[in-house]
Amino acid sequence: MTASNAQTERPPRWRRLDLLDERPGALDGQLPEAPEDGLVAFPTALDRRPSLVVQSGVVVEMDGRAAADFDLLDRFVVAHGLDLDVANEAMALPSTEAARRLVDISVPRAAIQRLAAGWTPAKLAEIVALLDAAELVIATRKMRIRRTPSSQAHVTNRLDDPALLAADAATAVAFGFREIETTVPVAEHAPANALAILIGSQVGVPGAITQCAIEEAAELDLGMRGLTSYAETISLYGTEQAFVDGDDTPWSKAFLTSAYASRGLKMRVTSGAGAEVLMGAAESSSMASLESRCVALAWAMGAQGVQNGGIDGASVAGSVPDGFRELLAENLMVMVRGLESCTGNDTLVSESDLRRMARTMPTLLAGSDFLFSGFGSILRHDNMFGPSNMNGDDLDDFLTIQRDWGFDGVLRWPGEERIEAVRERAARAVAAVWHRLGLGLITPGRVADAVAAASSRDLRPDEPHAVSDAAAAIVDGRIGLLDVARALLDAGFEPESEALLALARIRLTGELLAPAAILDESMRVLSAFTDPNDYAGPGTGHRVSAARRREIAATRRVLDPRALAAEQAAASGSVGLTPTGPAVRGTDPREVVVGLSPAFGVDLHRALSGLTVGAVLGAVLEGIRDGGGIARVVRVPSSVDVGVIGLTASRLAGSGIGIGLQAKGTAILHRADLRPLGNLELYSVAPVLDRAAYLQLGRNAAAHALGERPVPVQNPYTDEAITARYHARVVTMMRIERACARADEPPVELAVDLDG
Amino acid sequence: MADGGRQDPTTRPPVLPTLETLAAGRLAPEDIRISGATLRGQAERAARVGYRPFASNLIRAAELVDVPDDEVLAIYEALRPHRSTATELEGAAHRLEALGATACAALVREAAEAYAARGMLRQIDAPSGRD
Repeated sequence: MTASNAQTERPPRWRRLDLLDERPGALDGQLPEAPEDGLVAFPTALDRRPSLVVQSGVVVEMDGRAAADFDLLDRFVVAHGLDLDVANEAMALPSTEAARRLVDISVPRAAIQRLAAGWTPAKLAEIVALLDAAELVIATRKMRIRRTPSSQAHVTNRLDDPALLAADAATAVAFGFREIETTVPVAEHAPANALAILIGSQVGVPGAITQCAIEEAAELDLGMRGLTSYAETISLYGTEQAFVDGDDTPWSKAFLTSAYASRGLKMRVTSGAGAEVLMGAAESSSMASLESRCVALAWAMGAQGVQNGGIDGASVAGSVPDGFRELLAENLMVMVRGLESCTGNDTLVSESDLRRMARTMPTLLAGSDFLFSGFGSILRHDNMFGPSNMNGDDLDDFLTIQRDWGFDGVLRWPGEERIEAVRERAARAVAAVWHRLGLGLITPGRVADAVAAASSRDLRPDEPHAVSDAAAAIVDGRIGLLDVARALLDAGFEPESEALLALARIRLTGELLAPAAILDESMRVLSAFTDPNDYAGPGTGHRVSAARRREIAATRRVLDPRALAAEQAAASGSVGLTPTGPAVRGTDPREVVVGLSPAFGVDLHRALSGLTVGAVLGAVLEGIRDGGGIARVVRVPSSVDVGVIGLTASRLAGSGIGIGLQAKGTAILHRADLRPLGNLELYSVAPVLDRAAYLQLGRNAAAHALGERPVPVQNPYTDEAITARYHARVVTMMRIERACARADEPPVELAVDLDG
Repeated sequence: MADGGRQDPTTRPPVLPTLETLAAGRLAPEDIRISGATLRGQAERAARVGYRPFASNLIRAAELVDVPDDEVLAIYEALRPHRSTATELEGAAHRLEALGATACAALVREAAEAYAARGMLRQIDAPSGRD
């Protein structure tokens, strides 16, 4: 056989592959593992092996490397981050046993944290690598350090529009976020953005804390003035090369960490898989190994927390096998070391909705100090960090998933009126502060536009230099928190002014510096010290309270049964159905009887398809007539079941052929000698049935009555999540059918008036 | 702004930030600055519950409270890779010591030693900084 023959004889390509090629997830890049380039999730034979040799109180070897060969990272960890009092015990514990203790609810978190102070980076990486996905969730549930979970929002926009930033910050707080992070597409705008979200974040509910992610020294400067309250973009890397390429060392970063604390500013560092790979500096180490070095450094530097779980490199982790598991393992390493964990989920890791949710779901189930280190509370195109893994257009879905599983995902539906109120107040407040501090003019029209804007796409570009000029004025005037508070007070925004002063007072106590500190909505500091995670199995740790459960349950699209009843009542009058006496069995062999459900045309007047019950019944009767049959209509008060209704009708019909109709539009074609659940034709997918289907049902019924053999109607093609769309309505309508049912009442003859 | 007529922070007693003191114009930026004593208190609490490196960081922070912003940023810059010679780092440590920041000075000296071992010092004849 020649090659060309082989080609011509090749069977045609399976066409479904063409469809799969068009799926969004097909755009995601995946890579073969390449441990030599760091493209591997968990440790391989190329990674450093856990070891620790101490002689006379001096570490002479760590993770297979002699002290003389220590790089900057090894040196810093050994000097500041290894507790030699527990190191012997900790390193002697087999990693399998350590991993089991992580998931064992009878081993307290504190016992593990004590040992962790003596675990080298390679040891901790080896331990977490032993946990599968479900075990990671349990370990995370136990090991995260603050009991009450929280979440952070990104608030940015492409125009750096101050009114929109303030309105969106207030909106994020109304949804429940307790940290708000902004950044700038134009660096010089930073002070103006920081000011806008500082004001917006205190509208409605006080105490959310804010940050502006920019170059480190500039960010520190904003914090020193009180325009921000925390920082998290202090980057760490897992190799010396990457660290130095990032223009820092562990010592420079440690000094910066102290500098932040010296100004009362909360600070966490940032690391995460993929960064070293992207810089071509992974030194043949797995992602988990490098991240473990970062986490050890964070602990050694004295940072209170870490933002990790891939972050900018999350999709690099996502391109290799076990990548998502590695991201959660990174978070767990932070928790094991007793640090605040800000668990990533802030980068869109896939074009596929399935994959991006798969990446985030375990975190949501386990809980975290911050579920997202930036939920994109704005729309994707306005996110100047790049789209987050969840964004403003995902909020309703997120709230529904939270409702589905009953976990505390921190967020809530604030209600439309509340959102309008806080957006308007926040935008007006920032305009007033701009005016009073001489930063520029934000017109009432601009405020109104920003309040209503879905994103900055709904805004006309402002004066090209307005934000730059305002930012320069903030810098030149050395404007700080007290100036903003004063301007707010003078402009009549007293609660917001007081909120800023309360923030300042709390800053003075140093409580916000404690690991995992946040301010709750009553301005109480929740941290690992004041609100420690005490999870020890079912019934312990953070649980969803009854009040919180009500909040979680109240999503925006919950069906109101009263609204449905009113909607049904509004459709009444499509058919007149007058009882004329007990139904009797007919004798005409052409006769088809149509049985109606208890609420049909009584309390229910519109089927799921949108047709009125009159239109449904009219089409069926017309079809019977068209087919040469004679129709009679009865009510079957004793049953809501379409099969029983149809069978009852057929046993009253001279032909033995009957039709059952529920008010929601479900229909059945029945014959007197069949069992209730048997049928000739079942029209079960009521939402997609149209007039033509009901006409055909009537014709087929008549054909059966005349002894013919009609072609059964096939349900139409549909891709809808039909049950998800309609079952809430179905349940409510069936409840109304049931309320109208009378178990002991025999069928009733009806006179039909289709003119209503 | 909002700091007219304020006194030297070392002699002026701190004023609690409230709406009343704000409206009266009595608040100055130093009234919302954390104190070294507070940071040391936080450090003690942290050390008691096993957060030793975290406590050490707060001790360094307490030392930096009264170090001017510009000096803090200058020392951070000096600690970046290839920015400083051993002598320059020793000078920074010395300045910190003079301000009472002994733990910070020790951190800088430790950096100098590590940088020397790993080739992260600026060579004497190389231009300083990247700016």
